[in-house]
Amino acid sequence: MSDKPKGKLALYWAASCGGCDIAVLAIDEKILNVAEAFDIVFWPCAADGKVRDVEKMDDGSIDVCLFNGGIRTSEQEYMAQLLRRKSKVLVAFGSCASEGCIPGLANMNTRKEVFDTVYKEGSATVPENPQDVRPQPATKMPEGILHLPVFYDTLRTLDQTVEVDYYLPGCPPEAENIWKAITAIRGKGVRNLLCEAPEGPSRQKVPDTFSAVIGLNTTVCEECPRKRGEKKIKKFYRTWEIIPDEETCLLEQGLLCCGIATRAGCGALCPAVNSPCIGCYGANDGVADFGARMMSALASVIDSDDPDEIRRIIEEGIPDPVGSFYRFSLAASQLRRKKKMQIA
Amino acid sequence: MSNENFDPKIVGFFCNWCSYRAADLAGSARIKYPLNVRIIRVMCSGRVDPTFVLKALADGADGVMIAGCHPGECHYINQNYKAMRRYEMLKHTLTAMGVEPERVRLVWASAAEGRQLAEAIDKLVSDVRRLGPLHWPRNWDENGERQKALDDIVKEHEEAMEVPA
Ligand code: SF4
Ligand code: FES
Repeated sequence: MSDKPKGKLALYWAASCGGCDIAVLAIDEKILNVAEAFDIVFWPCAADGKVRDVEKMDDGSIDVCLFNGGIRTSEQEYMAQLLRRKSKVLVAFGSCASEGCIPGLANMNTRKEVFDTVYKEGSATVPENPQDVRPQPATKMPEGILHLPVFYDTLRTLDQTVEVDYYLPGCPPEAENIWKAITAIRGKGVRNLLCEAPEGPSRQKVPDTFSAVIGLNTTVCEECPRKRGEKKIKKFYRTWEIIPDEETCLLEQGLLCCGIATRAGCGALCPAVNSPCIGCYGANDGVADFGARMMSALASVIDSDDPDEIRRIIEEGIPDPVGSFYRFSLAASQLRRKKKMQIA
Repeated sequence: MSNENFDPKIVGFFCNWCSYRAADLAGSARIKYPLNVRIIRVMCSGRVDPTFVLKALADGADGVMIAGCHPGECHYINQNYKAMRRYEMLKHTLTAMGVEPERVRLVWASAAEGRQLAEAIDKLVSDVRRLGPLHWPRNWDENGERQKALDDIVKEHEEAMEVPA
């Protein structure tokens, strides 16, 4: 491999917590191998670099861009478009870029509501704001106009913004899987990884038969060693309400375990420590809407045929259906967000 | 709000063995019902995945009707009970998403109940008409702000590029 010419790698973050960038470093000393195989041309979190430098690069000159974070502001959208243009392969890295993740849960609110919470009701970052100052996209100053990115009402996923070639699931992706993805890209060459067809042009859309997700095509349940029997539930519990048995499937014990809808790859880490899967690896292949899959799976285990009882079991046991079913995938779901009250 | 001129788009998922036939019967008996329902025939109400309903709403439907055999009469033993549980689950979630639960309705109609089905359709259409259009995709178009915001960034960067580094 070392006789190959070095590739060019870029890493970028948008609306995310920063954990994905840290996860890249969690591959430990192998980061040196990455540096051996790739020139890192842009990585704001770890290396000095300017957007202007990227703008000056030729289109398609970056071999691989690992992009983490959802698209929440105009600046992030601009960067997504710019890096798409400059990169042969664009990877939606981690849950935020792939499906919105926790930042995407803000799609239950509008920009105004988010700003009210931060700037009016008081928050850790803005404890006091008596004049109710809000971020303005343009502010006139004697020296000229100052700009801030426009904050959108709705967070989008990377592939709702630009075309994406690959997805690396996880919140954050496990170091092991990051390393596998990077070695796959390095070993097979960018073009072969992008499209198993021999002469696929580098930006050709990945054929439907070829999974664009760098990961397994099975669910967390497959990786979970717990014993499964018949599931019949009269009551759902929240995690703090019971101490579950260590060997039986958590769903059978009434906990909202998302293992059935979630892509495997983590090694069923949460069920292993007696905690239900919350779905951070996103929807497995064939799951068009993560929450819908959860709704239909849970509907099958409720042990009642009486509408009133069913309603009671659901309402008492699942007080926050969106947070429970779409914790990581609201922005990528069919509806994407809560209905806005005022639509211009 | 006056919604009299609004013609709701309703997607109907009707079970092959009962409600689809009921709709047929209503047709041949010349029972009038509003033309707003686009009927999709499914083999059983238990086939209706919540994904279908969400997709219909996300793609522009104003309401959805799921219709199946009466409890105890499903041709696949008890799949309509499953449909009922899914429906309750879905309604709970839709309410949290700000969708009025009246827009999505589960009804039972045997193959002989053409009139009852026509009445249920009538009722759904008039309820949805009162609620007004859903036009879901407009929820995420940022009121047209996006393009201008992006153009501004491009302009600003182009100006900055002209300054020698
Ligand atoms: S539902 Fe959860 S606990 Fe049960 S088998 Fe699947 S991952 Fe394991
Ligand atoms: S066959 Fe009609 S609802 Fe199942």
